[in-house]
Amino acid sequence: MLLGFLNNLINGISLGSIYAIIALGYTMVYGIAKMLNFAHGDVIMVGAYVCFFATGSFGLPPVVGVLLAMVVCTVLGVVIERLAYKPLRQAPSLAVLITAIGVSYFLQNMALQLWGSDPKSFRSVVPTGSVSLLGGQISVSYVTLVTVLACVIIMIALTAFTGNTKLGKAMRACSEDKGAAQLMGIDVNFTISMTFAIGSALAAIAGVLLCSTYPTLMPTTGSMPGIKAFTAAVFGGIGSIPGALLGGILLGVIEIFGKAYISTQLSDAVVFAVLIVVLLVKPTGLLGKKISEKV
Amino acid sequence: MKQLSGRKNKRLLDNLITYGIVVIAFLVVQFIQAGGGLSSSLKGQLVPICCYVVMAVSLNLVVGVSGELSLGHAGFMSVGAFSGVVASVALQDLIPLGPARLFVCMLIGAVFAGIAGIIVGVPVLRLRGDYLAIVTLAFGEIIKNIINCLYIGVDGNGLHFSVTSEMALNLAEGGTAVIKGPMGATGYAKLATFTAGFLLVIVSLVVVLNLIHSRAGRAIMALRDNRIAAESVGIGATKYKLMAFVTSAVLAGAAGALYAMNYGSIAAKKFDFNTSILVLVFVVLGGMGNIRGSIIAAAVLTVLPEMLRAVGEYRMLIYAVVLILVMIATNNATIRQFFAEKLHGAQEDGKMSRKGAAK
Repeated sequence: MLLGFLNNLINGISLGSIYAIIALGYTMVYGIAKMLNFAHGDVIMVGAYVCFFATGSFGLPPVVGVLLAMVVCTVLGVVIERLAYKPLRQAPSLAVLITAIGVSYFLQNMALQLWGSDPKSFRSVVPTGSVSLLGGQISVSYVTLVTVLACVIIMIALTAFTGNTKLGKAMRACSEDKGAAQLMGIDVNFTISMTFAIGSALAAIAGVLLCSTYPTLMPTTGSMPGIKAFTAAVFGGIGSIPGALLGGILLGVIEIFGKAYISTQLSDAVVFAVLIVVLLVKPTGLLGKKISEKV
Repeated sequence: MKQLSGRKNKRLLDNLITYGIVVIAFLVVQFIQAGGGLSSSLKGQLVPICCYVVMAVSLNLVVGVSGELSLGHAGFMSVGAFSGVVASVALQDLIPLGPARLFVCMLIGAVFAGIAGIIVGVPVLRLRGDYLAIVTLAFGEIIKNIINCLYIGVDGNGLHFSVTSEMALNLAEGGTAVIKGPMGATGYAKLATFTAGFLLVIVSLVVVLNLIHSRAGRAIMALRDNRIAAESVGIGATKYKLMAFVTSAVLAGAAGALYAMNYGSIAAKKFDFNTSILVLVFVVLGGMGNIRGSIIAAAVLTVLPEMLRAVGEYRMLIYAVVLILVMIATNNATIRQFFAEKLHGAQEDGKMSRKGAAK
């Protein structure tokens, strides 16, 4: 009973770490550009495909595959931002939302054309095997360890980055007030591009980790984790980096527990029900800032 | 006073044009169909087009007129579809006449979707902006998930429900399972006709246009433009926002029932997040708060992928590119100015309703 609980908890944290990494991309972009980047989930899918072909077809070592995926996704993220979102900087946010959906359709169908609709079996970038705990009663696979570790490292690095570096401070300034940031000599467009670059690089890592844990890769692989991660970002309070971590982990744990103890089919419903309850009690998410309305 | 009646006349004319477009489109399609000039794939699209038009018009009431972004509109369509299908099988012997049964089923679908709308709307409308959007998304997914593991059967004793399996329904001899979990609903008569679809579009136009131009409609728009100011003059936010939300859900439910009746089987996954987004795309492209725009956008964008069949497998790719380009073009200052100069005056109404719509 307890062992099962611990096993589920570990699986939940592993899945939650992936959600957290994806949610970071959503939350950073939302914080700065105030837009819901629905194409983010599909950038994950592209990252996973790049890594799949790099390690599978060209026989490159996994580390190179991951790095290549990060580079491709970074470029993709910046290009998408430049071509599709930048012309809409002044447009109402719903217009940007629809454009993001257009980009999402585009990426999915492009993947369909390039790589076909048949599911590919992703070979894990982490060697198979596991660490035994409690005298062999619980085994934690290397993939899980790497996923959780990657999430922790990314969180620490991002917190340090936004807190201490010049670009990080510029990002925070832009998310507070774009106009004022511009007056202080911050290149707002460059900062937004960089945010997309970082978010997309993280998406590549998330894509590789996701497919290492759940090895079916299709053009639609990214969309459901994308929605879940978006939910996680809102859950934790959108725009907040620790919130993305908290929301992601909680969402992953709730999903796995829902699957184990309630119903496999209803696990998504459980996740969303918890989200609704949380938002009704705390309308801006767990760690979100409370915005007082001015008349 | 004279100016007021002038504005009223203009509005009447505006509404008449909207109705006129729908009626003329219906007659033209009927005419072409009688002449055999309609391809079979396009013929199959006629009822779905009507359903999507109703969906777009009803969502426009929430997103454009009420100013709240809803990402779960397909959920209400789903509720309407499945309750309508169950009603259709249950009432098979009671109402043998097809069109009458279709009408009753659409009514039942609408009622159930309306109930779902109240259940969802009461908590949801307390939230603001993107948080409201994500909760409607969550509700849409929950509805999909629940229907996905719901089993409903009909026999001589009435309705049987189960959430585990078809066997658990304990149906008597001669009973049929209507909804079979992930398989969806099967084995019901296809009752939908293009005429029924046309009538539903007209009914929803009457409902929505009259609501918008009523006292309640003005209250809803006042709440959209400035909630605090509207509340300070005594407009109850929850009441009016709920009114728009539930009306929209009711229409979506009727559209869902009609949509399901157009096919021999329907599964819950048809009404997922992507369908909600599809309808939202119609609303935004047609213009927020602009009912006529929603109708045209829904009809054109439902037919467009069919038209693009000529370019084969690239059609969705082209659809995506068209979507992005249209969004960029319509929000480009230079292009906007060009159109504003061309259509000066005629656009005044559209501009007014678009101003300050949903974030």
